Amino acid sequence: MANHSTTSSHSRFQQHHFVDAEQQFDAAKMGMWVFLVTEILMFGGLFAAYIVYRLWYPELFVLASEELNTLWGGVNTLVLIGSSLTVAMAIKSAQLNQKRNIAINLGITLALAAIFMVIKYFEYTHKFHLGIFPGEFYTFEGIDHPKANVFFSLYYLMTGLHGIHVTIGMGLMIWLLVRSTKGHFGEEYYTPIEMTGLYWHLVDIIWIFLFPLFYLID
Amino acid sequence: MATAEANPKKIQVQRYEPESDPDKHYLNEETGLWTWLTTVDHKKIGLMYLASITFFFFVGGIMALLVRTELWTPAKTFIEANTYNQLFTLHGAIMIFLFLVPSVPAALGNFFLPLQLGAKDVAFPRLNLLSYYIYVAGAVISIVSIVSGGIDTGWTFYTPYSSTTGGAVTIMTFGVFVIGFSSILTGVNFITTIHKMRAPGLTWDKLSLFSWSLYATSIIQILATPVLAITLALVGMERILGIGIFDPAMGGDPVLYQHFFWFYSHPAVYIMIVPGFGIVSEVITTFSKKHIFGYWAIALSSLAIAFIGFLVWGHHMFVSGQASLATMVFSFLTFLVGIPTGIKMFNWTATLYKGSIKLASPLLYIFGFFFLFLVGGLTGIVLGSIALDVHLHDTYYVVAHFHFVMVGGMVMAFLAGLHYWWPKMIGRMYNETMAKIACGIIFIGFNVTFLPQFVMGSQGMPRRYFNYIEQFQSFHQISTIGSYILGFGFVMIFYYLVKSIFTGEKASPNPWGSRALEWQVNSRPPLHNFHHTPVIVNGPYDYHKPMDEFQLGLAENHNAHSDVNGAEVSVSNEEETSAE
Amino acid sequence: MDALNDLLLPPAKSTLAHQTDTLFWFVHLSSLALTIGLIAVIVYFVYKYRRKSEDEVTPLITHNNTLEVTWSVIPLILVLVVFGWGYKVFMDQQVVPDDAYEIKVTGQKWMWQFTYENGARTNGELHVPADRPIKLIMSSNDVIHSFYVPDYRLKQDVVPGQYTELWFNAKEPGESIIYCTEYCGTAHSDMLGTVVVHEQTDFKTWLAENAGGGSKPEDLAPAEWGEQLAQEYACATCHSTDGSQMTGPTWQGKFGSEEPLADGSSVTVDENYLRESILEPNAKVVQGFPAVMNTYQGQLNEEQINAIIEYIKTLK
Repeated sequence: MANHSTTSSHSRFQQHHFVDAEQQFDAAKMGMWVFLVTEILMFGGLFAAYIVYRLWYPELFVLASEELNTLWGGVNTLVLIGSSLTVAMAIKSAQLNQKRNIAINLGITLALAAIFMVIKYFEYTHKFHLGIFPGEFYTFEGIDHPKANVFFSLYYLMTGLHGIHVTIGMGLMIWLLVRSTKGHFGEEYYTPIEMTGLYWHLVDIIWIFLFPLFYLID
Repeated sequence: MATAEANPKKIQVQRYEPESDPDKHYLNEETGLWTWLTTVDHKKIGLMYLASITFFFFVGGIMALLVRTELWTPAKTFIEANTYNQLFTLHGAIMIFLFLVPSVPAALGNFFLPLQLGAKDVAFPRLNLLSYYIYVAGAVISIVSIVSGGIDTGWTFYTPYSSTTGGAVTIMTFGVFVIGFSSILTGVNFITTIHKMRAPGLTWDKLSLFSWSLYATSIIQILATPVLAITLALVGMERILGIGIFDPAMGGDPVLYQHFFWFYSHPAVYIMIVPGFGIVSEVITTFSKKHIFGYWAIALSSLAIAFIGFLVWGHHMFVSGQASLATMVFSFLTFLVGIPTGIKMFNWTATLYKGSIKLASPLLYIFGFFFLFLVGGLTGIVLGSIALDVHLHDTYYVVAHFHFVMVGGMVMAFLAGLHYWWPKMIGRMYNETMAKIACGIIFIGFNVTFLPQFVMGSQGMPRRYFNYIEQFQSFHQISTIGSYILGFGFVMIFYYLVKSIFTGEKASPNPWGSRALEWQVNSRPPLHNFHHTPVIVNGPYDYHKPMDEFQLGLAENHNAHSDVNGAEVSVSNEEETSAE
Repeated sequence: MDALNDLLLPPAKSTLAHQTDTLFWFVHLSSLALTIGLIAVIVYFVYKYRRKSEDEVTPLITHNNTLEVTWSVIPLILVLVVFGWGYKVFMDQQVVPDDAYEIKVTGQKWMWQFTYENGARTNGELHVPADRPIKLIMSSNDVIHSFYVPDYRLKQDVVPGQYTELWFNAKEPGESIIYCTEYCGTAHSDMLGTVVVHEQTDFKTWLAENAGGGSKPEDLAPAEWGEQLAQEYACATCHSTDGSQMTGPTWQGKFGSEEPLADGSSVTVDENYLRESILEPNAKVVQGFPAVMNTYQGQLNEEQINAIIEYIKTLK
């Protein structure tokens, strides 16, 4: 075969078209960063809609924000920040070749993500119970503003899209957990953990923007 | 060999001369339907894209011919108004999302980007295959929407019409949403490939201009397409949940939709045309055997277009009721984006100076591009001027303008690229005489179709009209006749290209005498592109240097992507071919 | 030049139209000069430097900064001229003179409706006095439309939920066509209208005669008036009177017939059903037709509705 693949230092996860593991890692990392840029722009569209409506109806945002539970929102913020820490620790464990710690840290991350989603679930069902649905299904009487449904449409869209990202992240964590228990990761090869970690930090950062924008409006 | 390892600055290289008609190539090293469907080879994926976009080009083209036929008489000719409205909508949506956006980057770009970089594949081959299947899925969803009621919103999906009309708008927007992800992932893949997969010695100043243009295109794809995705998702939500962001009946703002939509869709026209610019640079240098004039001017002007292109979306909205100040700023920026495009035209012309010009069919297509794109670009200046746009907006003038840019510019460049690279892709030559005749037919047919539309538009004929006043009938009829000529030209190309696959003369590895890297491998290329690691010491347009300097590769099992710049290159005496 | 002008541009009938035309010709003629120049250079190069033998070696010419600057700066100056000029003309189109005469314009699928200061109302025909600035205050009842008069070189989108403005000054009495230029559905291309420019005194007379709007002209029978209204209010855009299939059900032989509805039930077409269908079109939609009709509540008065019903009755 071609000259490339005859060198012996290949890890078993190295793909044929890369010259060496370093090139593969660099490419994966760069690709992930570029992908995260596209994610930011996707949320950016919704943030732009948010900004426009907040400029038009500032009083609505103050009124409607009171319906959101700051305590649980705050708890969720802490949960996500904690999970960002544990995912970083999983990467560190891989670099130090502590294979057991990789799995433990990934497991904690997964649990924290699940806690986030459970809290989110209770927040949503509570609002549905009150009749706070998105768009034309909105029936809540408690906010004296004709455009209150638009605020909650934005709330559901933005936290919903974020929730989808958390769920995808949980899927990725499960996949990593399975692979780490098989001993795939170590100091030689931990690209998937690093990439998922980058993704997870982004999910975390987006929530850090969403939380004050919806829950903390005076 | 020992010396090479002892002294990393000195590398041992060898001359590899490509074979024509090799025994083994990417099409026969693995065979069977299943290997095609699961292939991660960028060349096969490129061919699959090529087949798909050709199919959709003809589907969209037939719709265009039906639209033109209906316009033969001022009132109903043979179809109902609602059918007509669906046809022009689908013509636009299919041509833009299923043909133009993926045409050059996903089909030709996929095939030739790794070859031009001296890489074995793109950075993420499996992601590349996934992009293709996402494209197919999006296309299938779009077809589902056509059979389950169709859409009649125009390809722009303007709210509140799109959020209130009947038909399968939700499915169609979902289809386009899905196709968007194909485009995003291809962009991510190409950017990473260009940054990380270049062969030793291939520095940024030796990157081919086609690769530069794909780089600029990918930047636009990753920055603009996510916004389109979320915008179309919002339209879907508007229809399903009535979220009231865009529909004034529920408290929304329809003009906000237009801002969101054009934030993607204006840069999207650069996604469509910028890769075409890359092809022009490749073809002009090859057929004039001349170094490109103003390499950096052309490379950087693509990036300039990519960035300024993001700031001009409001020029689609001069009469929408946006603030006068915004209108002024958008008009100003629109004129600025014209400058880098002009710079390219002048540099290409200057490249011809003192060249050795051979009027082969790819170059002929490029000259077709030159004239048509020039007209398209200059009428863009007309439309960028606010007062003139107030008169011409949403008339046939706009229709003619963007067809000159998209068909006259982009499709002509695509055809030039297709003819230029066909021998490399397929390993066969097409009938050159027929290619020249087809080029002439398309050029004439195109002008007969669209020049009358400039006249109609200036006189005030609005676009998307089923009925029209009788004053315009003769122009419409000339235009319709032109469209038949144009359609015939495209069918002719299809005929002789397909014929060449079976009966074409075998192509030599480098029939045009190009210095570019993709011509230094066999025709057809091997499955993993290069049997050797290519070493690049010259730029892709160094026509003043002898050919054998472009056929160098590492002479040993040397795997590091070390920088060969400044390294002493010693060519081993024995010449070898790259046979395994 | 005049012949060329007539080929490419419609007659200029407003005070500002010639400004647009001058700019139009400036940009097009300078573009034409550039196109001919560049194509001539290319043709010359292709001939002069045609390949004579396959072994030709070309000189290495990589770039020339003076040239690059030249062909960046000169076009830049040119386009900035075009920009400034276009902006200036646009601002003249934007700034409404203080003494402008105001008319309210409403767009809806698929007709234009005009309301005047004294309550007079017209459909499809915009009556204005000559030689006086007219300001249109425009809004839409449903989707986005766009009000376009080629003779005035003017266009403005008409957006639901907000008001947009347009002004012009028609120099001479006469007529000009109005188009809708924002795609708005099935009969988009039939959403036409006419600007009728009167002498100032004639306009005053016309306005006084139509004051209040909506009462039956004395010389017409109710059914005849109904036929006129059906044209004016664009009913005929969707409802044929000869049995042919259009966007809505035909009116021929409809009165007294039994119609199947979209929800599976059926209804007898009588005065009540027709009246309901005009005021609440989506209450009972006939099977096989889209529910796209707008309400005419507030646009037709009782007398007018009755006249239209009388007219439908005559279509056996």
